[in-house]
Amino acid sequence: MARAYTPKVLTANRLIEGDVVYLNASGEWVLFHDQAWLIEDEAVANTELAKALKLADLLVGPYLANAEMKDGTPIPTHFREEFRTKGPSNYIHGKQEAQ
Amino acid sequence: MYSYSQFDKEFNQQRVSQFRKQVERRVEGALTEEEFRPLRLMNGLYLQLHAYMLRVAVPYGTLNSAKMRMLAHIADKYDRGYGHFTTRQNIQYNWPKLTDVPDMLDALAEVDMHAIQTSGNCIRNVTSDHFAGAAADEIEDPRPTAELLRQWSTDHPEFAFLGRKFKIAITGSETDRAVIKAHDIGLRLRRNAAGEPGYQVIVGGGLGRTPMIGKVITDFLPRADLLPYLESILQVYNVLGRRDNKYKARIKITVHENGIDTIREMVEERFKVQRAQFGGFDQKLLAEIETQFAPPAYVNASLDGFNAAYAADGAFRSFVDTNLAEHKNENYAIVSISIKKHGETPGDATSDQMRVMADLAEKFGHDELRISHEQNVIIPHVHKSNLYDLYKALVGADLATANIGKISDIIACPGMDYCALATARSIPIAQKIAVRFDELKLENDIGDLKIKISGCINACGHHHVGHIGILGLDRAGVENYQITLGGDGSEDAAIGERAGPGFSYDQIVPAIERIVHAYLELRDSAEETFLETYRRTGLTPFKAALYPETKIAAE
Ligand code: SF4
Repeated sequence: MARAYTPKVLTANRLIEGDVVYLNASGEWVLFHDQAWLIEDEAVANTELAKALKLADLLVGPYLANAEMKDGTPIPTHFREEFRTKGPSNYIHGKQEAQ
Repeated sequence: MYSYSQFDKEFNQQRVSQFRKQVERRVEGALTEEEFRPLRLMNGLYLQLHAYMLRVAVPYGTLNSAKMRMLAHIADKYDRGYGHFTTRQNIQYNWPKLTDVPDMLDALAEVDMHAIQTSGNCIRNVTSDHFAGAAADEIEDPRPTAELLRQWSTDHPEFAFLGRKFKIAITGSETDRAVIKAHDIGLRLRRNAAGEPGYQVIVGGGLGRTPMIGKVITDFLPRADLLPYLESILQVYNVLGRRDNKYKARIKITVHENGIDTIREMVEERFKVQRAQFGGFDQKLLAEIETQFAPPAYVNASLDGFNAAYAADGAFRSFVDTNLAEHKNENYAIVSISIKKHGETPGDATSDQMRVMADLAEKFGHDELRISHEQNVIIPHVHKSNLYDLYKALVGADLATANIGKISDIIACPGMDYCALATARSIPIAQKIAVRFDELKLENDIGDLKIKISGCINACGHHHVGHIGILGLDRAGVENYQITLGGDGSEDAAIGERAGPGFSYDQIVPAIERIVHAYLELRDSAEETFLETYRRTGLTPFKAALYPETKIAAE
């Protein structure tokens, strides 16, 4: 039996601002993880990653990060990715300012 | 204070305009990230978790008020109104936009500052004793040598692409406040029996994945031999140093694998050739540099006001007793300003605080400031008659925390709140420990105790040389904190011993509390420091306090 694929979100930092972005299901790069496209198919994920790697004038370092669906929204499975959705814990800076 | 020559200024400005064009090409898409990355790193620009980070050098930790004000201005105009001082005597801005960075560098160049040698496999910004030029126990000010090393190493073609980064630290005192034994090269100014100046040279120290205490390669190197000798060390490193494995590339591994005696022989062999190439120009230059580090024009004034305030104001007395160090002029004091108020982020200063410190240095401190590797700010030359006014101004700016050297004076690296390499957070751990011991009102009773926290094995938070070291790790997707005990970053440098299994994010503060309570019970008097007690008793009683359940299980 094929190994189950852990669903992924496609994420990167924006070239100019440096902030974290995610690919949504309409192909836009958005700021919030809960709007991200949870990709459940490995081949699709890899195709999207290959496309993102070509967006050099928009993104830095795109990669696929593990995530899961909870109550209808994708959430990260690792704490590092969870911190990336918010910002630092010592100040309300970064994305959490808008949340 | 060293002021840049025309050559330095032009070099600095040229670098900025080159970088401006590189940024433009990157934004236009003419450079890929792969091509751009080494260029931005050469200019101190990193990409972290949430944003870019610009790391600005404060060479050998020395600043004046104009520089500090510029740092404040940059924090306001291009960042979030604060900066983070690091264990490398740098300042980091956590939120710059890529396209603003050339302007930030231009602003820095106006006050002879830059972000050169803050990244990459080159000889990094030289660090030094933060009490340099002021300490009572100093043999000689180490900063002229540090400046000579800066001029020698900046853009030195032979050392621009080393196997790995290379860090040099220098002190002019027998008391080591610059952690010289945990650097690739550590230098200590000293005099020989005839009174001639020279250096003890230590090589192969370093923290990180494989922590090592540096070894003495020569106990006394005559002053004029310094640059050819260092070049010889670097050449031997360039020949022997491993490039096959990043984790084995630092000179500490080269020294460890080849043995200090082999390295010494090879260096001395090289030195015969190198020495002949130095005709004395470097020594002339050093003499010129020295004139720019002349001691301040000390003033004379009555100490009556100071003595009266010291007797009358308890809070001032506690500040004086904790935050002041002995100055070489007995009417002066070295003032350490803690930027580690309980619950705040270690090493962070707001732009307003930077301006207050700049004003105070200008008004009361002969316009000099220092940044310490312990992430505090120092006004090194304050006449005692000015101390009370200075203190009151610090109180007004929320900068008068009297905790230097105490349990809440914690080194913490940025960890996973910012750093892309981190495996766990370190800042909130530092904040919680400081707040907890403040609540317990135990800080003064505990006395001197250095806690140092790193958010990954790279050890920027110097955890190996913390009396209590904390290393944040990722254990199966959960933050986990490993404790080491008995580390020491001083002249008696030692690497701390692993205490046992790590603790979760919620359990690490109670664990630290158990260690401290064990110390309070174990010490033979209030005078015996944590480190002394640890050295006397060893790990066992602390381990029993840390892991009480294991003891019960064994019974
Ligand atoms: S020790 Fe690790 S987490 Fe901390 S600043 Fe250094 S690289 Fe980042």
